[in-house]
This record gives sequence, structure tokens and C-alpha cells, in this order.
Amino acid sequence: MTHIMRDNVLIINERDNVAVALRDLAAGEKILCAGVEGLIAGEAIPASHKIALCDIAAGEEIIKYGETVGVSSRDIARGAWVHTHNLERDRWKK
Amino acid sequence: MEKIREITGYRRSDGRTGIRNHVLVIPAVACVNGVVNRVAREVPEAVCVTHGHGCGRGNPRDMEILFRVLSGMIRNPNVGAAVLIGLGCEVSNFRALEPHLERIGKPLTILNVQDDGGSLRTADKGSEAARRYREELKKQHREPLSWVDLLVSIECGGSDAMSGVTANVAIGAVSDWLVDQGATVMFGENTEMIGTAHILARRAKNREVAERISEMVDRADELNRETMGELAAMVITPGNMDGGMSTIAEKSMGCIAKGGTRAINEVVDYGAVPAEKGLILQDGPGYDADSMAGFAASGSQLMLFSTGRGTPAGFPTIPVIKVASNSRLYGAMQDDMDINAGDLVEGKPLNALRDEMIDLMIRVINGEPTKPEANGMGVFTFMTVHPPF
Repeated sequence: MTHIMRDNVLIINERDNVAVALRDLAAGEKILCAGVEGLIAGEAIPASHKIALCDIAAGEEIIKYGETVGVSSRDIARGAWVHTHNLERDRWKK
Repeated sequence: MEKIREITGYRRSDGRTGIRNHVLVIPAVACVNGVVNRVAREVPEAVCVTHGHGCGRGNPRDMEILFRVLSGMIRNPNVGAAVLIGLGCEVSNFRALEPHLERIGKPLTILNVQDDGGSLRTADKGSEAARRYREELKKQHREPLSWVDLLVSIECGGSDAMSGVTANVAIGAVSDWLVDQGATVMFGENTEMIGTAHILARRAKNREVAERISEMVDRADELNRETMGELAAMVITPGNMDGGMSTIAEKSMGCIAKGGTRAINEVVDYGAVPAEKGLILQDGPGYDADSMAGFAASGSQLMLFSTGRGTPAGFPTIPVIKVASNSRLYGAMQDDMDINAGDLVEGKPLNALRDEMIDLMIRVINGEPTKPEANGMGVFTFMTVHPPF
């Protein structure tokens, strides 16, 4: 019987630089998703939170749904958890 | 979808089409809710609704909403005939309402408790009318519809962190499909657009619509700060953040994802009937129960409703398809949920889920009851702006 490996993240739009964890991801866990090669969770990432799909420099836009949803406040490494700790604290960007 | 199956409904004399053929019994004012409740017991096949409004507010904006919603409920194409029960001295008395009911194009009986012999005799007259309308409507047959005839509204309520990832994304795919078939799709909840005005405005069909979107969202933001003060920041809550939403724009994107990606052709006021086809925004509140009444008054015949925490709410005259954002909810409230968008997490492709939803939507249009419809979970209440005097 073939064991089907289920995707553990979802990329909502092809322009996105973050993916959404579909379940809790442990540090070091391999990311399974079509079009994603060799991505490892750099730290524990809770379900429905974001993981960086590429290196994101400080001041760069976070793209989800194909749109800007925030701006990074520091360099974010590929595979890192993306949340309020590494995003600008502005309520939102106009 | 290889083949689009036929959809059917009831043609109305105003040119609109319903997918249900209800007799609606509705009070003009809360004072006569008990009369409507008596009719409901006498004629269970009628759709009887009550509400808490109709008087005690005299400012122009609340009057406008009151008349638009009451007349819009009766005008809704899913309603084949109606009984309006008033008191006589209320703000929304029948003389004030009449101009809004012109060319209604369907059988309508108006009763007044003060003129029709008190509550019991009015209830008897109302029951008699409702029963007679029910028999008449049974003679009407379904006719083939075109997707252009349909106004589908999209709502979310009791959302969770997965709503914007699974259910709203899947509903967005259905929305795009509907617009491509020529249908009209409407979504609202202006408070849930805060932070995304620039994104929505970019999708507007012209500058006028873009400006209207910016105005709407700015006003929602302002009103939100005014009425909630320090709590305004709660538009994004600690619970939202625990769920992985880092910014208000991200939260709002999850909400507006349910509208899909097509051009926005018009912004209509709460409960107003759109003049355009395609994707439309309603300038209405985020509270789902109030929002649904606005969609009904706008002439919507069908609704898609995503939920993550789980709400059983439907609408009395409109089939509401409930879409669970996660499999836990779908299992826990399976009697209330029509679709499990949590299947996306289990590996189901988005296109397959979208096609499953379109298939169910066609069956529902043709008469299959949704879970809220079958369970009698319709709720009716509507927006007010000012406190009562």
C-alpha cells in the first residue's frame, strides 16, 4: 500500500512568499507542498501560522493571498515563523 | 465541471426570479410579533418572521433602513406572496410603507391590529390569507433559469484561523465561477475590509467605484474607532493573533478572499438593489445576522456562509449553504454544516472542493434544502444606527 504524504502547508496564491501551516510544525520538520523543494521548518510553527518560503530582508513586503499583508521588521530566513515578532508594528500599511 | 446542469425557479412579474416560493408573514413593528407567532402556529408552511424594530427611531437614516428592509423582505424574489401585519400608530405604519411597496408584483395582504379587530381577529385574518396564498403558490411551476437571474450573497460568521485559509478561499473560487457564468455575487461586512481598501479599490471597474470603496472602508474604520474607542484595536484580537493573523490587512484579506478575484462593479448601500451584474460590495455591517437581512432586501436568492467556530444561523426566506472551515467543526456540528472545507487540509484539491460546492449549489437552487433550511435555523434582525428614543 502506498503511503500518501499529505501536504503540511498551503500556498494560497502563487505570488505569496509565505505559506500557511496546516498543522503544528516541529522545528526541523520537512515541508510538503507542491512546488516546494528542500524547505525545513526552522522553528516550531503553530497550525494556521505562516512560514517564510524564501529569505525575506528587513523592510520587504509579506505577500499572502497575492497581496501585501505586512512588512518585515528584520531579516527573516527561509523556513522561519513569520508573525508579529518580525513584522512592523504598524496597525496596517496603507 | 464538464456540464452545467439546468437550474430552475419561479418567475416573478417584476422580471426577477425566485428559487423558493414562500408565503412570508412579517410584522411592521415589534408590538405585533405575538400576532405573527399565532399565524405561525396556525399555518406552519408559511415563513413567519418577527423582529425588534418598526418604531422608536425617527432619524432619517434609521427610517431609510427600516423601510428598505421591510419592503425588501417582501420584494425578495424567493417570496411569492406576503402578509404584512402592522399595529397602526408605528413609524413604519402601512401608510408610510405603501410608497415603498408600489409595483410589488405579488399578492400582498396588509392588516392592522388597531383596525382589524385586535390581535386575535387579526391573527385569524392573517392565517386565512397565508393559507390561501400557500394553496395558490402550489399551482406555480418551476421554470428554467439562467445564472444571470441569480444574486448570490456571501457571508462569514463565527470565523476561526482556518476560515481565511480554507472556507473563504473555496467560496472565493465559487464566486469567480459564478461571476464567469454571468451571475451577480455580493459580499459586505465593511468592518472586515479595514486595511484592504487599497486592494479592493484596485479591483474596482472604474474610478468612481474605487472612490466609493475607499470612502466606505474609511467610514467603517472611523465609526469603529468612534464607537469602540481604545477597543478599536480589537478588530484584530488576541485570539486572531493566536490564530496566526499578524496584521489587520492579513485578517481582512482572509475575509475578502470569499469574494474571489473578479472586478468589483458596484458598491450598494445596505439593503439596496444592485444595478450592475458581476461582483458587488454591500456597505453593510460585520454582524452576520444584520448583514444577511441587507442581502435579502437587496434581492439575494441564495447565500454561501463560512464558519470556523460554528454557527447554525440561516435566513428565513433564503437557502444558506454552510461551509465549515475545518473538519473538527464539520464533525462536531454535522447537522448544521453543508460542506467541509477542512477537506483541503486532508489533501482534497481546491478545484474538487469548488466543484462539490457548485454541484450542491445547483441542487439547492433546484429545491434541495440546506441544513439551516431543513433545521428551521433562519434568523431575521437588521441594522440600526441610532439608539431608540
